Amino acid sequence: MENCEACGTPEQAEKLKAVIEESKSTPGCLMHILQEAQGIYGFLPMSVQKTIAEGLGISLSEVYGVVTFYSQFSLKPKGKHRISVCLGTACYVKGSDKILSEIEKELGISCGECTEDGLFSIDSCRCVGACGLAPVMMIGDEVYGKLTPESVKGILDKYRKEENA
Amino acid sequence: MSKHEHITTAQLDEIRARKHDLIAIRRAVHEQAEKIAEHTKYRKQVLVCGGTGCTSSHSMKVIEQLETSLKENHIDDVIIVKTGCFGLCALGPIMIVYPEGAFYAQMTPEHAKTVVEQHLVKGGHIVKELLYQGTVHEDGSIIPFGETPFYKKQMRIALRNCGLIAAEDIEEAIAAGDYAALEKVLTSMTPDDVINEMLASGLRGRGGAGFPTGRKWAFAKASQGDIKYVCCNADEGDPGAFMDRSVLEGDPHCVLEAMTIAGYAIGAHQGYIYVRAEYPVAVQRLRIAIDQAHEYGLLGKDILGLGFDFDIEIRLGAGAFVCGEETALMTSIEGHRGEPRPRPPFPAVKGLFGKPTILNNVETWANVNPIILKGAKWFSSIGTETSPGTKVFALGGKITNVGLVEVPMGTTLREIVEEIGGGIPGGKKFKAAQTGGPSGGCIPAECIDTPIDYDSLLAIGSMMGSGGMIILDEDTCMVDIAKFYLEFTADESCGKCTPCRIGTKRLLQLLTKITEGKGEPEDLDKIEELAAHMKQSSLCALGQSAPNPVLSTLRYFRKEYEEHILEKRCAAGVCKALMTYYVIPEKCKGCTLCARNCPVKAISGSVKQPHVIDTAKCVKCGLCMANCKFGAIVRK
Repeated sequence: MENCEACGTPEQAEKLKAVIEESKSTPGCLMHILQEAQGIYGFLPMSVQKTIAEGLGISLSEVYGVVTFYSQFSLKPKGKHRISVCLGTACYVKGSDKILSEIEKELGISCGECTEDGLFSIDSCRCVGACGLAPVMMIGDEVYGKLTPESVKGILDKYRKEENA
Repeated sequence: MSKHEHITTAQLDEIRARKHDLIAIRRAVHEQAEKIAEHTKYRKQVLVCGGTGCTSSHSMKVIEQLETSLKENHIDDVIIVKTGCFGLCALGPIMIVYPEGAFYAQMTPEHAKTVVEQHLVKGGHIVKELLYQGTVHEDGSIIPFGETPFYKKQMRIALRNCGLIAAEDIEEAIAAGDYAALEKVLTSMTPDDVINEMLASGLRGRGGAGFPTGRKWAFAKASQGDIKYVCCNADEGDPGAFMDRSVLEGDPHCVLEAMTIAGYAIGAHQGYIYVRAEYPVAVQRLRIAIDQAHEYGLLGKDILGLGFDFDIEIRLGAGAFVCGEETALMTSIEGHRGEPRPRPPFPAVKGLFGKPTILNNVETWANVNPIILKGAKWFSSIGTETSPGTKVFALGGKITNVGLVEVPMGTTLREIVEEIGGGIPGGKKFKAAQTGGPSGGCIPAECIDTPIDYDSLLAIGSMMGSGGMIILDEDTCMVDIAKFYLEFTADESCGKCTPCRIGTKRLLQLLTKITEGKGEPEDLDKIEELAAHMKQSSLCALGQSAPNPVLSTLRYFRKEYEEHILEKRCAAGVCKALMTYYVIPEKCKGCTLCARNCPVKAISGSVKQPHVIDTAKCVKCGLCMANCKFGAIVRK
């Protein structure tokens, strides 16, 4: 378990404190706080988990146990553009595994990793529910459907261009 | 209306009367639309799907363009309504214009502009070329969309308001019938009356297991305790299933109403909806619905001024499939790792926070209002004797009409695939339907006339599941599909009990071995033995049902497993390790295109001479075959 450099700004720390204060009397609030914290920091570094454990008066191991149980919580930072390739059944039978390997090849990283420049990270997900457009992926909140391995590069280039503009 | 003011039943009637015509026009589109249209100030209503499927194909841009174009053309007597899912997701974005019922499909902003200028203007006419072509007859006349094969055999009970009402407008929901059942329950029924009605209806849980809903409620009512809870399972985790999401996006109030009714029946005052965070649109609509219900006094203290208190909170999941299991879901609401608990004690006795709790899934809740209003007798007359009512399926995979369908129980798979689903695209052959997701099994082509209900599906080794139905064609390898589901369950196993944690892993290893061409004949016996242990000794349904995809494919497609093991052959051409690419010398013109494209330089040959693939070097990427202009490269 690597220790995290005190990530984040004082504003982020302030926000987190407010979230803990506001929710701590609600039964079962840990998940909610972690979701909010991930919204604030983009991921859940150890220092944030420590703050939450102290704020709720529970052990760090309990917080860490919950964080690592659920796939949406991340211990690592994510890219500026989060790519999420659907590997649900409807997409899988229409070849989403090939889409994923094409993206991995194009970016030179594996699923679950982030590019060195911090621009993209790749994850797989289970069904975004746009099965009519299978195979699909999401980049941020944008859904791209009816993908082919050939169409992947063009879509990624759009984001790269935006960055260089 | 202020937050603390309650509306009365008389005010509910007033809302219903005020909005009646708008809704009636949509409902009665084929019958007396013109007559009713005179009573509303809107000449035309444009319903645009705002469900996840259509918004993903940019239906919001269609709405923006409609608004702009209507303004530009000075049209102020046309109303735009953002609804939930119409069902035919494959053709999204969809929009329907009433009173004609013109069904426009695959809309773009440009199309929207055309429709405004040619159809929505005064004296306009339907733009036939933009309609869903299934609604245009060969002679050019228009078929009402309810008469098309996709809609004809459907019967919408749970989805009754999806695609019919504005999903974010409580008044349209009320006018369409939501909260009428709650009103009836609070004014004229005792808690026992409600439970008896639910028992008599024979409604079975739509989440998959099919436990009678009324009995669940009766157990919870009988449990002693001053605090009880009502929960809604909206953690729709089966990949390829989106029934519950569609209900939440299209008619969120029907869930709130049903939970309140259950609260009254068992004596609970607090409800929780556990919903996937991956469903942002559904979560947003739920939040809006809960706020509006509070505002109208239909949730909170002293509902409708009739003395009953009930409130609902939303809890977001965080991506764990096991949380669809009832005890795991409750542990997760409590803020812990979502691990299941042994049963008994059952949740009806000791559930959330240790109190008596009932948990039903979204689609089950969506059936409560019609049962209360139309009666148990009406409901049990639909479907089959042991599985009354309808079932919603999310139809996906290799099928023409991908989308959401609701059919009476007992409808055959053939009707769903061939008539409603429009068959398999590309002239391919139907191979199997997968139901029940990672807990279910495959229904092979020889069972295509099986009526779909809880018991028939169990009898052929599959299960109803929550309603995902993935159609597979001849290009699908059944061993690979079984492996796909095992990868899923091995990944999602929570790790609490050994049979599931280690069993899924070992099963996956055996399947991987087979797909890599290293399988041995005795592996099939090992699979069956291991599967039997997992079914018997796993703690919760995840582990107990994880072997189902393997067992059912083994039962119906044993030959494919044997081909993989004995002949090292994958007939569907999916398992890479079992494929060989080679050049047919007679067809090869020696153009060198394949050799130039090969990433590992496995192809050699001189110009204008037949080429050869070195199978030892080949990585089976298929690039050569895709590039060959003469069809000279084949895969075996």
